[in-house]
Amino acid sequence: MIYIGLAGIYLLGIFFLGIFMPESAYEVNYAEKLIPPCADHLFGTDFMGRDMLMRSVKGLSVSMVIALLAAGVSSVLALAFGVAAAVFGGKLDAIVNWCVDLFMGIPHLVLLILISFMLGRGAKGVTAAVALTHWPELTRVVRSEVLSVRSSQYVRAAYKMGKSHLRVAWEHVIPHVLPVYLVGVILLFPHAIMHEASITFLGFGLPAEKPAVGVILSESMKYIAMGKWWLMLFPGLMLLLAVMLFDVIGENLKKLWNPDSGNE
Amino acid sequence: MEQKTKQEILSVEELSVSFSMYQKGLRKGNLEVLHKLSLSVRAGEILAVAGSSGSGKSILAHAILGILPGNACMDGRMLYKGQPLTEKEKKGLRGREIAFIPQSVDYLDPLMRVGKQVRGVRGTKERQRELFRKYGLEEGVERKYPFMLSGGMARRVLIASALMEDACLIVADEPTPGLSERLTEETLKSFREMADAGCAVLLITHDIDLAFKAADRIAVFYAGTVVEIAPAEDFRKGKEALRHPYSRAFLEALPQNEFCPLPGFQPYAAKLPKGCLFAERCRERNEMCMGEIPMRKVRGGEVRCVHAR
Amino acid sequence: MTRLKYMGKTVLRLLTLLIAVSILSFLLLEASPVDPLTAYIGTDSTLSEEAKEEIIRHWGLKEPPVTRFLKWAGNFVCGDWGESITYKKPVKTVIAERLKYSLALMLAAWLFSGILGYAFGMLAAVRQGKLTDKVIKTFSLTLQSAPVFWIGLLFLSFFAVRLGWFPIGLATPMGKTAEEVTVFDRIYHMILPAVTLSVLGTGKTALYTRQKFIEILNKEFILYARARGESTGQIIWRHGIRNTLMPAVTVQFASFSELFGGIALAESVFSYPGIGSALTAAGLGGDVPLLLGIAVCSAVFVFAGNLAANLLYLVLEPRAGSFV
Repeated sequence: MIYIGLAGIYLLGIFFLGIFMPESAYEVNYAEKLIPPCADHLFGTDFMGRDMLMRSVKGLSVSMVIALLAAGVSSVLALAFGVAAAVFGGKLDAIVNWCVDLFMGIPHLVLLILISFMLGRGAKGVTAAVALTHWPELTRVVRSEVLSVRSSQYVRAAYKMGKSHLRVAWEHVIPHVLPVYLVGVILLFPHAIMHEASITFLGFGLPAEKPAVGVILSESMKYIAMGKWWLMLFPGLMLLLAVMLFDVIGENLKKLWNPDSGNE
Repeated sequence: MEQKTKQEILSVEELSVSFSMYQKGLRKGNLEVLHKLSLSVRAGEILAVAGSSGSGKSILAHAILGILPGNACMDGRMLYKGQPLTEKEKKGLRGREIAFIPQSVDYLDPLMRVGKQVRGVRGTKERQRELFRKYGLEEGVERKYPFMLSGGMARRVLIASALMEDACLIVADEPTPGLSERLTEETLKSFREMADAGCAVLLITHDIDLAFKAADRIAVFYAGTVVEIAPAEDFRKGKEALRHPYSRAFLEALPQNEFCPLPGFQPYAAKLPKGCLFAERCRERNEMCMGEIPMRKVRGGEVRCVHAR
Repeated sequence: MTRLKYMGKTVLRLLTLLIAVSILSFLLLEASPVDPLTAYIGTDSTLSEEAKEEIIRHWGLKEPPVTRFLKWAGNFVCGDWGESITYKKPVKTVIAERLKYSLALMLAAWLFSGILGYAFGMLAAVRQGKLTDKVIKTFSLTLQSAPVFWIGLLFLSFFAVRLGWFPIGLATPMGKTAEEVTVFDRIYHMILPAVTLSVLGTGKTALYTRQKFIEILNKEFILYARARGESTGQIIWRHGIRNTLMPAVTVQFASFSELFGGIALAESVFSYPGIGSALTAAGLGGDVPLLLGIAVCSAVFVFAGNLAANLLYLVLEPRAGSFV
């Protein structure tokens, strides 16, 4: 519980700090360019004299917003597909399974590039790409969970009492599947953040003038040979930390809600 | 009376085993599953340890072999051929002089061919083939995987494994459940052969019927301890020949006798009563039962009851 | 013969998926706002009108999408993958040239992450709950969460720039002609990208192997093995590896998809001229034929991994025949 709380406070802190941060916090100041980390600039400054701590926080927050959107879309898709496949079974189940296999049959990054290319790159492209490609695994989880509830006694009893498919799904299946689903959504977050940063880094995502982690790291590449290590070290560490904390939250919630799943 | 002169192979004195585990609220607690248990087996003898399922009999087998999990803690003394049997000794003896016969085919590595498993780490191919012939296993069996074995074959394979090396003490944990009558007979016959060859056999079972048929002596197991050890013929004679009220109740509960089950349950290991563990369900209970109950010798057997005469 | 039948079914299912993936890629690129003709010849083309007509006819660019896909698929199967705009060479040549580099890189990373991850995982499981286990677990979790490109930047800045142990990029030393480049040059240039690429897999394989072996260690047959006098070393050797190696290798094959994604990132950090950097270049340059070619290649790669995993299971698992 303590871990979840601390991780949550840190992540929410970055999220809101970034959203409400005035642009002046990371504005261009040529008088102070490429300063190594010091008391005034904990993470140093970049080639335009912008404060790297502020840029990193803002960048991570932007990534989180995109991940939030993406996780929202992907998780709704996954819930709909997974529940539909398991409840109606038969052909629909086969089709959903096939679609999952199809999306998993192509490397995720290649798929992201294709979708973002289709939408003409930029913020719209990366958001859509990340949103449309994160549902397959969660769909599988939801489907198998629903299947296990469906074969249970009380659901069969509900059918016998003459309740409709939709009503059974709403009253029995969704409440049971919800915890597993929510953990799945939280665990989807780090993937979404990482993928956004990855394709932005490659140049497909957010435009260069946006303070995104991917942009910051791809800019830092030009300065590595000059030994300006702080440009890449701290933003990357913050990204890594954020990804790991989301994992920590997800895994701990999993243990909390379902003690049997703990493998220790 | 001839048995008395034979060498005592294993002697367990006042053995207690407890597990440290996390209980509700993540508090560390100690759960004692065996309490001051004493018994001994001699060469050429089959001793059956009989008790109802879930009373911790397997723990006894694991303790003798030194394969308890890491959170287990042992107290008491074990002697092997008169010498103290420490964990270090067990390491050297198990598989060599002390053999274990497990319950089922689940105890075989599913991905290893049977022959290789029977040979173990030190066995030779000649000995394995010899044993396979002895137990009527075809040569092809050694190249099979465990999942391909029938129940009878699996049983014979497990027995052959125990005899790969020169075992002096054989510990068999529930070796017959799920076997047909014919296979049970066959298994018991092989135990008798082992005993006749000079082995001491410790047969752990929940099936008192089986114990009558196979054993020379029977140790009655209740709530983690042995309440009575008596010659098997006493059990065949009927309840009057027995010493402990639980042994008598155990006998009464059998279908071929009165078929009248004893009311109540065995006490849970975490909430043991003081004094006699059986007192709660005993008809002869009085104040004397609340104190320490030692194991006493009565009429050629041993019993842990103050009333026994 | 259920085994053969199952094998046939698996191959068939994977093949249909492969075809479907090609259709999906085609549709996605088809839906892009780029004009089809421009997509095939680029914006600054100097081709004559007749040549343009020829391309339109050859690829069916004025026809409905289905016909166009069939045309493309037909050409593709016949070996005509189109002309790359970015590299001004046939797509097939570009891919063939670059696949060599990438395959070497992926193979190295795959083996490295597999061996290291497996060893770490086994060690952690044997020492479950002890310090060694905790260190390996934390380390693997970190590796698993680390962005590949950032790890690359980290290595680059530390080992190549600060310590000067490794070259800063490329697959061969600058200024050397192709004949002068030795095998050692190539290996020397491959080390950092390969290690970068293996980071993700090492963490995953270690965690997977650890969990699997702990599961096995709790099985009854391990207890029996101990009762028969096997030492810890003998148990690992006789039962541990036997029961964990195959699942680990299967998972390792199934990781081909992530491996392919990884090369795009690792190669762009190290300016390594493989198929990953070609993918990035094609995407950024609007090079549709190359993009499509690489997408199909990546799907074939994933297909091969899945197929290998499935076949391996059938060949090595004695119980497979009775399961299916």
